[in-house]
Amino acid sequence: MTNYRTWGRTVFAGCNYAFLLLISLLCLMPIVHILAMSFSSGAAAAAGQVALWPVDFTTAAYDNVFGKPEYLRAFWVSVQRVALGTSLSMVLMIITAYPLSKDHRQLRLRTFYAWLFVFTILFSGGLIPSYLTVKSLGMIDTMWALVLPTAIPVFNIILLLNFYRNLPKELEESARIDGAGHFRTLWQIYVPLSLPALATTGLFTMVGHWNSWFDGMLYMNHTENYPLQTFLQTVIIKLDFRFIKAENAELLLKLSDRTSRAAQIFVAAFPILIVYPFLQRFFIKGIVMGSVKE
Amino acid sequence: MNGITRLWKREWPLHMMLLPAIVLVVIFSYVPMAGIVMAFQKYVPNKGLFGSPFIGWRNFRLLMDYPDIGRIFFNTIYIAVMKIVAGLFVPITIAILLNELRREWVKRTFQTLVYLPHFMSWVLLSGILVDVLSPTSGVVNQLLGYFGAKPIFFLGSNDWFPYAMVISDVWKEFGFGTIVYLAALTGINPSLYEAAEIDGAGRLKQTFHVTLPGMMPIIVLMLTLNIGNVLNAGFEQIFNLYSPPVYESADIIDTFVYRMGVQQAQFGFATAVGLLKSIVSFLFISFSYFLAYRLANYRIF
Repeated sequence: MTNYRTWGRTVFAGCNYAFLLLISLLCLMPIVHILAMSFSSGAAAAAGQVALWPVDFTTAAYDNVFGKPEYLRAFWVSVQRVALGTSLSMVLMIITAYPLSKDHRQLRLRTFYAWLFVFTILFSGGLIPSYLTVKSLGMIDTMWALVLPTAIPVFNIILLLNFYRNLPKELEESARIDGAGHFRTLWQIYVPLSLPALATTGLFTMVGHWNSWFDGMLYMNHTENYPLQTFLQTVIIKLDFRFIKAENAELLLKLSDRTSRAAQIFVAAFPILIVYPFLQRFFIKGIVMGSVKE
Repeated sequence: MNGITRLWKREWPLHMMLLPAIVLVVIFSYVPMAGIVMAFQKYVPNKGLFGSPFIGWRNFRLLMDYPDIGRIFFNTIYIAVMKIVAGLFVPITIAILLNELRREWVKRTFQTLVYLPHFMSWVLLSGILVDVLSPTSGVVNQLLGYFGAKPIFFLGSNDWFPYAMVISDVWKEFGFGTIVYLAALTGINPSLYEAAEIDGAGRLKQTFHVTLPGMMPIIVLMLTLNIGNVLNAGFEQIFNLYSPPVYESADIIDTFVYRMGVQQAQFGFATAVGLLKSIVSFLFISFSYFLAYRLANYRIF
């Protein structure tokens, strides 16, 4: 691409910059708006005066949020869930993707195993049978209901096994000649080499666990076991918005503390805002490498 | 027999590695599949799967007679198809425009910003959307007010709701969708552009004759893979944003199954509806993978 400048080129570049800037602001603005709202006084927020900058700056909403034991407890449940769920999924993913990345000659039943997993993304028993399964295992109101049913991330396993396959065969062969078994080869050669792919899938698993709310609603009978997103779902959305007629909904929305809702949303989004930009470089690399096959 | 022992001796670590995952998949994916027999039962929780009486196709007949069922299927497909089309068109356009940027850091910053909504849950985004789209005090309606427009209750009006879903979904996902297309763009051979330039093609012509054809394989692939989503209109999004006044335009299969099964405890009926969806989805997904394999030589593993 030669880089000579013409008048048309300059105009296009200018418009392009402006357009993309507008688009990126469109993605950012709602979050900035919520942030501004959370630092504004209740009166200014209710009157709709807040746009992108706090009006009558106050941290009252945050005092309120952090003073709520239910909110903190839900936050803690989510933290536990992310820690347990992510580590479990990662371990399972690493050891499951390795045998599946072997070819037919090294593992006779490979095709059968692979289809066993792939079939679960093609077809599912549906909501009610899944619920009843978890229930009959006695997992209702326990952490296991949140981490075990989703512990096998089939898509991530596929991503990782494609990554494993693109590693040079010679590495594995030389390890075998040096006397390393499968476990050792996996641990000392495959895992260190697949760190970018692991970072990618790890990020997605973490974000997935942090963000999921529906299983919490389904499997938890007592609100004190709710993870944060489920808690917010019931507090922010359901109470104010659902099961209420449209005309009352508006009134209730205004009455319910808008700033406190904004603060709760922002605190729940904060861990993600922190984590994802740092891993961006990794995940683009990981996705591209995992999806490109030779 | 000897052959099998020899195989086992060689392969046992691989089987052991697969064991935990297989146990989990059997329990949490295959056992529920067996639970599908509920669709043919008048399921009574106390009696369980083995004690509940079988009633043949009655749940399905009930479903066919359900007055809103046509609407629900229509809504599902309508919203899902619009999302698929817009979700293809927008990221491609943005990726091409983004590719025109010269400065690497601008590109990177832009990407970081537009990925943001993808990483937030529909619970949080719904909280934000309800606030921003509110007809009385929302920012969007305030802005529209400056242009003299009357406030619009985006989430409370049947005329607007489906489009609000499509637009907010595209808003959430387009940034992330550009990743794949950007990767495809960097794979286009630069000498093609040089050749086009020598032949007198301007940037626009280059876009249509070099860039787009170069992206075609990945576009075809994404489109075919998305065929499997025609019955996935987005449960998490709609469930968090809909309300009884907009059921007419917002109720989709998944939300209906939830209300019937979990809220009204009609387990057999809800399972029948879910089963219907699972089967149709299964056909669509299998078809789309088959197409992707034939058209783009795509293999899942």
